[in-house]
Amino acid sequence: MQLDIRLPMGLLFVLEGLIILLFGITHSNPAMYVKSDNININLWWGLVITIFGLFLLLMAWNKMRYEKMK
Amino acid sequence: MPHTSLVHLSHVDYVVLIVYFAFVLGIGWALRRFMKTSTDFFLSGRAIPAWITGLAFISANLGAQEVIGMGASGAKYGIMTSHFYWVGAIPAMVFIGIFMMPFYYGSKARSVPEYLKLRFDEKTRAFNAISFAIMTLFSSGISMYALAMLLQLLLHWDFNLSIFISAIIVLIYIFLGGLTSAIYNEVIQFFLIVLGFLPLVIIGLHKIGGWTGLQAQLRVVAINNHFAPGAFSNSWKYMGSASQNPMGVDWFGMVMGLGFVLSFGYWCTDFLVVQRAMAANSMSAARRTPLIAAFPKMFFPFLVILPGMIAIALTSKAGSGFSLPPQGNSYNYNMVVPLMLVKFFPAGMLGLGLTALMASFMSGMAGNVTAFNTVWTYDIYQSYIVRGKNDTHYLWVGRITTVVGIALSIGAAYFTRSFNNIMDMLQLVFAFVNAPLFATFLLGMFWKRTTGHGAFIGLISGTLAAAVHHGLTQPIGETGAIKGGWLGVVLHHYPSDMAQNFYTAIVAWTVCFVVTIVISLLTTQRKTNEELTGLVYSLTPKVKDEPGLPWYEKPVVLGVIVLVVAVILNIIFW
Repeated sequence: MQLDIRLPMGLLFVLEGLIILLFGITHSNPAMYVKSDNININLWWGLVITIFGLFLLLMAWNKMRYEKMK
Repeated sequence: MPHTSLVHLSHVDYVVLIVYFAFVLGIGWALRRFMKTSTDFFLSGRAIPAWITGLAFISANLGAQEVIGMGASGAKYGIMTSHFYWVGAIPAMVFIGIFMMPFYYGSKARSVPEYLKLRFDEKTRAFNAISFAIMTLFSSGISMYALAMLLQLLLHWDFNLSIFISAIIVLIYIFLGGLTSAIYNEVIQFFLIVLGFLPLVIIGLHKIGGWTGLQAQLRVVAINNHFAPGAFSNSWKYMGSASQNPMGVDWFGMVMGLGFVLSFGYWCTDFLVVQRAMAANSMSAARRTPLIAAFPKMFFPFLVILPGMIAIALTSKAGSGFSLPPQGNSYNYNMVVPLMLVKFFPAGMLGLGLTALMASFMSGMAGNVTAFNTVWTYDIYQSYIVRGKNDTHYLWVGRITTVVGIALSIGAAYFTRSFNNIMDMLQLVFAFVNAPLFATFLLGMFWKRTTGHGAFIGLISGTLAAAVHHGLTQPIGETGAIKGGWLGVVLHHYPSDMAQNFYTAIVAWTVCFVVTIVISLLTTQRKTNEELTGLVYSLTPKVKDEPGLPWYEKPVVLGVIVLVVAVILNIIFW
């Protein structure tokens, strides 16, 4: 397979994660988070998704580097 | 149901949704140049690593039924629903990986019906291919219909528009990138569903006071429903007799009906999932596919059943601010997951949750469409309609079939909307056709004497036996032909419709098993031992793992680990 799926998938999750994370930072009014049991779920989960996306990108990049060396 | 939409989406939710769809289409576009032969299109050129086919293996099945249905069952029956995983899916996935995959992958059959043709004869293949093709179209249509209904209910989106948009997106990415595109998107959908629904469980548990809080509240639910206090939070303890547990099933019906017949029948013979393993890049990768899939699958109850348990617990707790919508003297359980998304997620995460929900419906659709176009092109078109053309011809037939398949699915979606009862009846008929299948495969793979006539007559008898059993029995307190008893006499009343289903499956399997053996012994085997090599256990050299395979990639080692963990989970939640 010439297309490493981790590349588009990593990009997607970094992008989605950042959108939600930034939205959580700019919209941190506690009233908005009563429904999520007073947790700013956008901030925290946005961060989790971004890190997961970065992890996938790192793996894809690692693979590409390894294949270039060969 | 209220007449205003349940929730209002913000701009950020739309952005999250649109970014996802852009990627889905982009992947199809990026893969289009790799689709050169029909094998590329239908089997991904058998070149996909095991971790990807493994995740696609569960994701193809992670459609609407699983996410919505398991949440609903979690609310209705509590933790007993986990039997669908820890007794049902997991042992079956280990069995196909270790024992059956060598024949599917090794025979170089391109589909499950084609395996039946190689092992038995044309008529057995035709029976399986045609019933499977019809079934996948309807399943795909049901997915589309359910998604459109949900979007209409939650967001007041137009039904026609939702159908059209979801169909066109699935069409584009499969048309361009074939099975690879479907598999890649299934992997993304898998992670999206985990990332989108996990916070739901976290927030829900936070609200109810953790696992202990949930258990305490489920005792109240169980007592309200006139069961022993632990009936919603113990998976095995109350299975001694059907009347003690909310599912109304005894342990034998559960283990044999659900565990052995239905789960093995689905996971080991349904081309929708087997196709993913056939796309793997080596024999050991094909065998690892269901085993790798089993690891996340084992923990899915925490993702899809737990929300249902939390929802019913919160509903029964005064002042929790969450309540399932009532329906009759019970609740509309299908609203568990959608309602939790709307009630727990603020703008932002709501977009992600909805995206995950839509992704799950669309992966169900795409899985069915890719399985349909393969079976149609290879097993019906190439076998009976136009033979002996070059490969490019069949590649294009596959592409056109994708368009036709989706158009027919749309038809099925509207058909479902107009004739709800006819849909229930069709699903019942499919269940009859599927129930005996595993007996045919088991005998075909492990007893070389099994003949084509035996397999075919066995299958038909098993299907008829299922219908007759259903026609002569009824769940207590139920009426109407769809619930059984349509042969005029009711010989037995089951405590619940689930128990009736499980025993229907047991009867179908047993009849198919016995009839296949008897007819096989009465007819002559027309296949020579040479023809059966690679298809039957006793005539096939034992598969050896590729040399140098590390222990964690050995199928048998993985299978044992999976089973041990499944046993531990059963004991923990006993």
